[in-house]
Amino acid sequence: MSETVLSVKNLRTHFFTRAGVLKAVDGVSFDLAKGEIMGLVGESGSGKTVTGFSLLGLVDAPGRIVEGSIKLNGTELTTLSDVALRSRRGREISMIFQDPIATLNPMLTIGQQMKLAIDAHERLGNRAAEIRAAELLTQVGIPSAAARLRAYPHEFSGGMRQRVAIAIALLHRPSVIVADEPTTALDVSIQAQILFQMRDLARETGTAMIWISHDLAVVSSLASKLAVMYAGRIVEQGQTATLLRDPRHPYTAGLIASLPATAKPGAPLTQIRGTTPSLLSLPPGCAFAPRCDRATDRCSTEPNMTVQDSRGWRCFYPVSQRDEVSA
Amino acid sequence: MSDFLSIDNVSQIFGPNLTTGEKIAAKLGGKVETRSVRAVSDVTLSVRKGETLGLVGESGCGKSTLGRLIAGILPPTSGKVVIGGAPVMKNGSKVTTRVQTVFQDPFASLDPRMKVGNTVAEGPIAHTLTTKSEAPSYVASWFERVGLDPVWVDRYPHQFSGGQRQRIAIARALAMQPDVLICDEPVASLDVSIQAQIINLFLELTRDLGLTSVFISHDLSVVQHVSDRVAVMYLGRIVELGPVAQVFGEPAHPYTAALFGSVPKLVLDAEELVHFDTIEGEVPSPLSPPSGCYYHPRCPLATQTCGATQPVMQQISDLRAVACHHFEKQQADAISG
Ligand SMILES: Nc1ncnc2c1ncn2[C@@H]1O[C@H](COP(=O)(O)OP(=O)(O)OP(=O)(O)O)[C@@H](O)[C@H]1O
Ligand SMILES: Nc1ncnc2c1ncn2[C@@H]1O[C@H](COP(=O)(O)OP(=O)(O)OP(=O)(O)O)[C@@H](O)[C@H]1O
Ligand SMILES: [Mg+2]
Ligand SMILES: [Mg+2]
Repeated sequence: MSETVLSVKNLRTHFFTRAGVLKAVDGVSFDLAKGEIMGLVGESGSGKTVTGFSLLGLVDAPGRIVEGSIKLNGTELTTLSDVALRSRRGREISMIFQDPIATLNPMLTIGQQMKLAIDAHERLGNRAAEIRAAELLTQVGIPSAAARLRAYPHEFSGGMRQRVAIAIALLHRPSVIVADEPTTALDVSIQAQILFQMRDLARETGTAMIWISHDLAVVSSLASKLAVMYAGRIVEQGQTATLLRDPRHPYTAGLIASLPATAKPGAPLTQIRGTTPSLLSLPPGCAFAPRCDRATDRCSTEPNMTVQDSRGWRCFYPVSQRDEVSA
Repeated sequence: MSDFLSIDNVSQIFGPNLTTGEKIAAKLGGKVETRSVRAVSDVTLSVRKGETLGLVGESGCGKSTLGRLIAGILPPTSGKVVIGGAPVMKNGSKVTTRVQTVFQDPFASLDPRMKVGNTVAEGPIAHTLTTKSEAPSYVASWFERVGLDPVWVDRYPHQFSGGQRQRIAIARALAMQPDVLICDEPVASLDVSIQAQIINLFLELTRDLGLTSVFISHDLSVVQHVSDRVAVMYLGRIVELGPVAQVFGEPAHPYTAALFGSVPKLVLDAEELVHFDTIEGEVPSPLSPPSGCYYHPRCPLATQTCGATQPVMQQISDLRAVACHHFEKQQADAISG
């Protein structure tokens, strides 16, 4: 059994807004082993980013973690002080944000920013820091890295800026990196390069990753494990290949079936009816029920996670391969 | 079959748009960007009636600009666009309602202070496709057509979800009774579960209304699904054109092959890590495109010729064309044979 670096149990992060309590993350649990990559997919607003923020202790008022446990290398993070948490952030766990422009300071050179990130957790001389920074930039595929340290962010393309953000996230060889849609703003051709590099880095350095994406194709070729979120809850999780081939939750099944890649060109796509629900007005029980063909009265109570053969799903009427064939 | 929409040698050059101060600074040798961008270069395309042409390529290659030129939103620097024999533009302004556009972000393209029913009615009333008194029933029929409840006409855009707003944008475009519909990334901002609904609506409407369309998307699987033919763009030029199954299945241009190879594909059966090919390097700046074939600095097949001369589009079979020095005559024969 491989070593667990991150263990999340029953995490609930709620926002106390004027319009009511918004349960952005509502009972999320998963484990991550050393070097493992987990894909986290789901509708817009389903709580993927808030899950990532919760892990890093970045949730601000009116939101807070109201329940649950986050253990990183055996240490419980939810009860740590801000100072103690900050000392771990960047060193043991780091995050790459969707927008690399927001991550980098336009007024500082790439070298200066990397030096600051190094200084946050280590004492290295200027020269040593520069060598370290250049090494990392080379590792993420930036040519003539030493010279590029003197450049400002605006002199880099979007793809190169995202690589710098990745290099900064990797600086202290953290145990876990949360990558929040790090390639969606980029070109398909650059996406592939970066995905490839990140996967190799995870393998070489033993860093585990949570890869947030709405793109099942990206996740299918990158992550060994997959968690599917809907309205603040993980509705299905397991090995990526298993989930994609044999989904149990009707939402997962619907997502896969709706992809053009799985259909005959020009033919109508299988569609999930209805619209994404508002987290402020969720129905009781399973949040997907109003859009689900299989739902009955029973679905107004919340299904627990059914766990079987190292996979799990939250549904009273799971889809199975046999149904598909007989249907 | 006859060509319905023809795009004839169209180019678009964006000037640097300098302020007077910047112009003076530039004259005095200051650091001011004075180069212009050739966003679209000598594009010639024709689309048959009822056909959907997909447009793909990396960010900044000029897809949206070409879409706006076809739609008559932007007057081309040179060249012309003709629909059913009539030009889209005269003296720099749009003179037809036969082409309409649907954009990526339906929130940005709808007036937030206007009731959505009025948004849809505005154009048709102005162009006498309906009258003020008949407008409510006219709008209601288009709402139904795109799968919206007609009782929602009095609501404002923020009261709708992203998918519903895109339906409103589609209703607004179709209420103008166009022959040609330009869709610029119409599903890119939508949730995956909603994308299929909008793609299905597009397929149904183009078929039922006999629309001719240009469909721009960075998602190759979507383009493959909805298009009859596809045009691949690189730095403002079309580098390959042909029936979608042929171009995707057997790309003739090295760039097309690299673009398709670099896209993460849905892998349903792999137990181990999948390998993807990547295109070397990044897209060069359109401010200073390379010499010769624009793709040559990234092309594994590049030779001296490629760095020196710009390849022209050559017909390689009835429906296919490619601009590449490597696509020799015999390969052409092999494909068409
Ligand atoms: N600071 C905040 N105050 C109030 N609500 C918030 C705040 N941040 C997030 N939320 C809400 O929490 C829910 C989950 O948001 P989150 O950003 O995690 O979604 P997501 O799954 O990352 O979506 P996307 O795919 O669009 O990035 C949303 O309903 C969002 O509106
Ligand atoms: N109004 C403008 N003024 C100056 N340059 C422009 C203008 N509009 C577009 N450009 C430039 O023209 C080129 C083509 O842009 P365009 O938006 O057509 O690309 P695109 O293929 O649609 O890209 P994307 O996939 O990112 O939407 C780019 O270099 C862009 O910066
Ligand atoms: Mg998010
Ligand atoms: Mg565009």
